[in-house]
Amino acid sequence: MSGLNEPPTSVPEPNSTSSSRRPPRPLLLLAVLACLLASIPLIYLLVRVGGSGLDDVVRVLGRPRVPRLLLNTVTLAAAVTASTVLLGVPTAFLLARARLRWRSLWVVLAALPLAVPSYLAAYGWLAAAPTLQGFWPSWFVLTLVSVPYVSLPVTAALRAGTSGLDDVARTLGRGPWRAFWLGTWPQVRPATLAGALLVCLYVLADFGGVALFRFPVLTTAIQQAYGASFNRNYAAILATVLVLLALLVVLGEQTARGRAQRQFGAVSGVATRRIVRLGRWSAPALLLLVAVPVLAVGVPVAELFVRLFEAETLRALDLANLGQALLNTLALSAGGAVIAVALALPIGALAARYRGRLVRSIESAGYLALGLPGIVVGLSLVFFSLSVVPALYQTAAVLAFAYGVLFMPKAIGAIRTSIGQVPTSLEDVARTLGYGRLQTWWLVTARLARPGIGAAALLVMVTAMKELPATLLLRPTGTDTLAVELWARTDVSAYGAAAPYAAALILVAAVPAFLLSGAGRARTDGTPA
Amino acid sequence: MHAPLLSARPRLRPAASRRRLVYGAGLVVAALALTGCSPAGTGPKASTEAIESDGKLTLYAGRDEALIAPLIEQFTEDTGIEVEARYGPSAELNALLLEEGEKTPAQVFLSQDAGALGSLANNDLVAKIPADLADSIPADYTSTDASWIGVTGRARVIAYDGKKFTEDEVPDTVDELTDAGWKGKVGFPPGNASFQSFVTAYRVLEGEMAAESWVKGISENAPVLTEKNGATLDLVDAGQLELALINHYYWYEKAAEVGADNMRAQLKFLPGDPGGIVNVSGAAILKQAAGDPDALAFIEYLVSEKGQQYFVDKTFEYPLLPGIDAPKGLPTLESLANTGFDLADLDSLEKTQELLAQYGLL
Repeated sequence: MSGLNEPPTSVPEPNSTSSSRRPPRPLLLLAVLACLLASIPLIYLLVRVGGSGLDDVVRVLGRPRVPRLLLNTVTLAAAVTASTVLLGVPTAFLLARARLRWRSLWVVLAALPLAVPSYLAAYGWLAAAPTLQGFWPSWFVLTLVSVPYVSLPVTAALRAGTSGLDDVARTLGRGPWRAFWLGTWPQVRPATLAGALLVCLYVLADFGGVALFRFPVLTTAIQQAYGASFNRNYAAILATVLVLLALLVVLGEQTARGRAQRQFGAVSGVATRRIVRLGRWSAPALLLLVAVPVLAVGVPVAELFVRLFEAETLRALDLANLGQALLNTLALSAGGAVIAVALALPIGALAARYRGRLVRSIESAGYLALGLPGIVVGLSLVFFSLSVVPALYQTAAVLAFAYGVLFMPKAIGAIRTSIGQVPTSLEDVARTLGYGRLQTWWLVTARLARPGIGAAALLVMVTAMKELPATLLLRPTGTDTLAVELWARTDVSAYGAAAPYAAALILVAAVPAFLLSGAGRARTDGTPA
Repeated sequence: MHAPLLSARPRLRPAASRRRLVYGAGLVVAALALTGCSPAGTGPKASTEAIESDGKLTLYAGRDEALIAPLIEQFTEDTGIEVEARYGPSAELNALLLEEGEKTPAQVFLSQDAGALGSLANNDLVAKIPADLADSIPADYTSTDASWIGVTGRARVIAYDGKKFTEDEVPDTVDELTDAGWKGKVGFPPGNASFQSFVTAYRVLEGEMAAESWVKGISENAPVLTEKNGATLDLVDAGQLELALINHYYWYEKAAEVGADNMRAQLKFLPGDPGGIVNVSGAAILKQAAGDPDALAFIEYLVSEKGQQYFVDKTFEYPLLPGIDAPKGLPTLESLANTGFDLADLDSLEKTQELLAQYGLL
């Protein structure tokens, strides 16, 4: 492994992550605090599971259906993760390294599936082909909507990286694929893994998409347990199983990411990017670039528009209500993004600069909440806010905080990568010029890492807009988001009435997705990693 | 408390209702005084301490907003009491109420199914419904101890594909569904509360042995397992499933959306069969709202003639108040099997779930 990670040229290591240096105490404290806040759902689960006896746990786990649920969950998560990598990495390569006409358009299209909630994509496909059910449609739809989690960060890594090492490999007699494997792959591997991690956790926690295709997994069983058993411990035990799975995934990613995480982008001298002519590969390449967005966005949106323009729908549309829901969605998700970034900053900064068991544990704990279904996170925050800040209960503040906790993990990766790319030598220079630690951080590190931090905020925002289960539990009474309005309408099978809200949700979520694609910027090193 | 941007939707006519509010409050206080004199104190915890009406009510509504919002609007118009309603699926709201415990801002919980109300009662989170009000609903369709009150009834039915079968070809008892001929053709949501109370009813009416053999039989007959009643009906209506075990009113809801003539799915009622029992939706007053006149006024409204008629007209459910006619085309409530047993009884519900889990359905 280390052989692959050591480029054949003798490159100085500007960012040598200083395993020898100990993290400054204030940073460590902040990171631990953020980590504790993010762990509220886990602590809550422990309390709940602790409330049930050991025989309860044995009985629940001994149910004949549990092995099947577990198998389904693991298979789906593995399959979707694998396929998003297989689609996402080539997509990223095309976007970053191939000669393409209308590149910006393709970049935007590649980001668009982010705007589509899994339940909407599933609904659209079901409306088009009602016989879909079970594993394959679930795999298909979840893959479609998750590809950007891989393709965007990998595109960014490729753009920041160099093809110089491939050239070196070629001059040493390797074929083009082999050269890519030796030269470029090590540069994009961390971004690929980080994206795959997000996809995997997302699939573990997703409920909407799989429920519509009637594919039983742990999240559907958890929802069911809340739905009819009125035994919260049963749900908590299943959710704990899910957390353990998430933990395995997070640890797996950390191990795979390995110790040497070189930042080739900052290497001077070899930072050249050769643009590849596609030639006879043009057709399959275009097919790949077109297929994912069309299947993920086009089909559900077309299905919605058919219903949107049915006369009755438009007549019944309450524009003021739609506008209010839109504003609520924007304000709440923006609040959530700010909180998520605030929580993720110390953790990301710590993980970018320091190593060690403590740092690793903090980072993994930060990720775990993403593997939990929204209903569990929602209930944990009901419990928490009522006991700690009862005055804020059922206010926008707690809901935004919930978004922050739920989606902070999505911000960690982007922040870690962007801070990691700031050469420590620059910080050292600032320090020798007499800047204090905070000043240096603010004037040098934060400034240079700003695009990545912004991307992290956008990613959280786009996800928070689509969130439903925690929103239902925590929103201020009477405050509706687009997702809530959508739910209220699809539940009475009033699909026609739901269409405007679905369309509004996709449209508004497309804005951060567009910004995330970086198509509007000249430099695009800010896409999430 | 909320930022203005996020504030609740505009309240319904605040100024105009001020005067009505006073009248309404007066009426309610009078009603309360009456109930205080009547033998309401028979229950162990009948609390009727006179809290003054503040003209406001916080409601957790576990039913569809489109169906309930007009009723609430009417209530506010009639009584002047403002209602702040929080909508959500019954199960989620139930989980929320259990988590909130006595700190809940809710005063009344309107639930899709009795089990959720039973679990609140079990956790000592509800106030007793005053006896005269509780007694207005026949004992078979409400709680046994006035911890909640039945509001509407929904019959369990078989929805069938009208293009493939005539009504006569559809079984009139769920027992036939375990026959090999229906293998892979029957769908139901095993996690759904109303399905589970049907299984409970089966156990009560036919005995544990028979119930277990039915559950075993159906689980071995390749059933199509779904998440929700509505989605199960959609499958039948799309021609992808032959039979579905659901509640009757889902068909009417869908028919209202797409037009009854466009419905491929048809309903078969099962009079006398455990598969055709009546489930109830209901409402409870939360413990910390005990004696709150606004909460009481809302419960009264739900089971008043006007409230009951609303459900008949809009949701096609069975009214539970004697003297109100069921929606046209439905068999009478009396013709459908009834267990004479509290379907919200949680210990019994737990047994049902164990049974379903044992055969891999949960």
